[in-house]
Amino acid sequence: MRMTRPTTATHDIQEHPLLVRIAHWGQALAIIIMVGSGWRIYNSVPIFGDYRFPLWATLGGDPAISKVAHMDPGVANALNWHFAGMWLLLASYLLFIVHGLLSRHFFRDLLPLSPRAFLADFIAAATFRLDHRLGVYNAVQRAFYWGVLFAVFMMFASGLAIWKPVQLSWLTALFGGYPAARVIHFLFMSAICLFIIVHVALVALVPKTLLAMVFGRAAEPIHDAPEVPHAGE
Amino acid sequence: MRANKKLDIDRRRFTGSGLSLGALTLLTGCDVSDNDTVQAMFAKVSRWNNFVQGALFSRTRLAPEYPVAMAVKDFRFNAWYHYDQAPVLNAADFRLELAGLIADKRPWRVADLYALPQKTQVTRHVCVEGWSMIGQWTGTPLSVFLQRVGADLTAKYVGFVCADGYYESIDMGTALHPQTIMAFQLSGETLPAEYGFPFKIRIPTKLGFKQPKYVTALYVTNRNPGGFWVDRGYNWFSGI
Repeated sequence: MRMTRPTTATHDIQEHPLLVRIAHWGQALAIIIMVGSGWRIYNSVPIFGDYRFPLWATLGGDPAISKVAHMDPGVANALNWHFAGMWLLLASYLLFIVHGLLSRHFFRDLLPLSPRAFLADFIAAATFRLDHRLGVYNAVQRAFYWGVLFAVFMMFASGLAIWKPVQLSWLTALFGGYPAARVIHFLFMSAICLFIIVHVALVALVPKTLLAMVFGRAAEPIHDAPEVPHAGE
Repeated sequence: MRANKKLDIDRRRFTGSGLSLGALTLLTGCDVSDNDTVQAMFAKVSRWNNFVQGALFSRTRLAPEYPVAMAVKDFRFNAWYHYDQAPVLNAADFRLELAGLIADKRPWRVADLYALPQKTQVTRHVCVEGWSMIGQWTGTPLSVFLQRVGADLTAKYVGFVCADGYYESIDMGTALHPQTIMAFQLSGETLPAEYGFPFKIRIPTKLGFKQPKYVTALYVTNRNPGGFWVDRGYNWFSGI
């Protein structure tokens, strides 16, 4: 019945500074806005055959109202969400990157990363033999976080190539031209959606990571192993 | 006992986080867009985006041009109506009206327009919906026409009125861009009715909807005239 007070000596502590939490939830909201509105924009002229995203999953108001009121299938709202959401995504992304670099969080917690460590942790995770310890990122997590940071970066780059194929024609050319840049924008969106599915599933399995990202810290012991007195107690 | 209780808590949290995720995705389904506060936010951000795009725009940076062979022959018709409802203008009756900050407001006949110096360019037309097509357009740089009629080139906007009820406007910087033309021909032939006879404004540095067809009046002003789709929520500058 002994109460364990979370102290810095406790190992299972995840601490997220306020700036990181703001950046994280800013990005979460921005990505929902960008994906939802992006799907509505995609639907107006699909890239892949006749495939369209279900209307309920898209963002941009009631298309029936837009259609009867001004002959628009709700794309105006979706574009407005998209070109407003991009500023929120940019601001929160930059906050995350600058904080990660200055606080050395990226170097301390997300490096080193080797293919061998990734493979070992991936096999352990796939066979449910990988512990989750708050504040410690295994090689699979490290690879995923670098991966999603890269994917968001590529969304900015390919998005700019689509938005400004004349003013930034060199960038559009790097992506292989305007139609190719659209496909690449779609592919990195898919990668981010895949990340979110895995990320949210893992959070659901280890819910105190969610508490940590909301309240800044979670310090309950996560293993049912007998408590070992820590040096500070 | 203790382990069971913990498991139960975990399960409740699992359901809880699942529910909050569901609530987040529902956000996209409900009508958060059809709301005055949200629309006011859109209007503010859109003005900011006009400013950013104006800063990105360069009067000397040219849109990529392509070999003639890459130009699409059967160019896509795009409007809110079917192509057989496109206005068919009679060359004999047509007059281009001029208004606003223009010294010589005499109306222009088709023959006089077509006698202006012309150039051909093969550029990509980009639609706001995402499709794009390379086409070959021939016509007079709008800057040449504006100078010829003595337009005030220090004014802020050029507005257009069209035969199908459409209207648009662009910034003077874009109007004076060397690739902004009054296009009289598509693929080397006089512009067909559904593509804007007697002429359309072809602007390779802007989205497709900024490029009016069947223009019947042109004016220069310092007050932003908006546009057909712009007044329906689309971004005014819409540069590419």
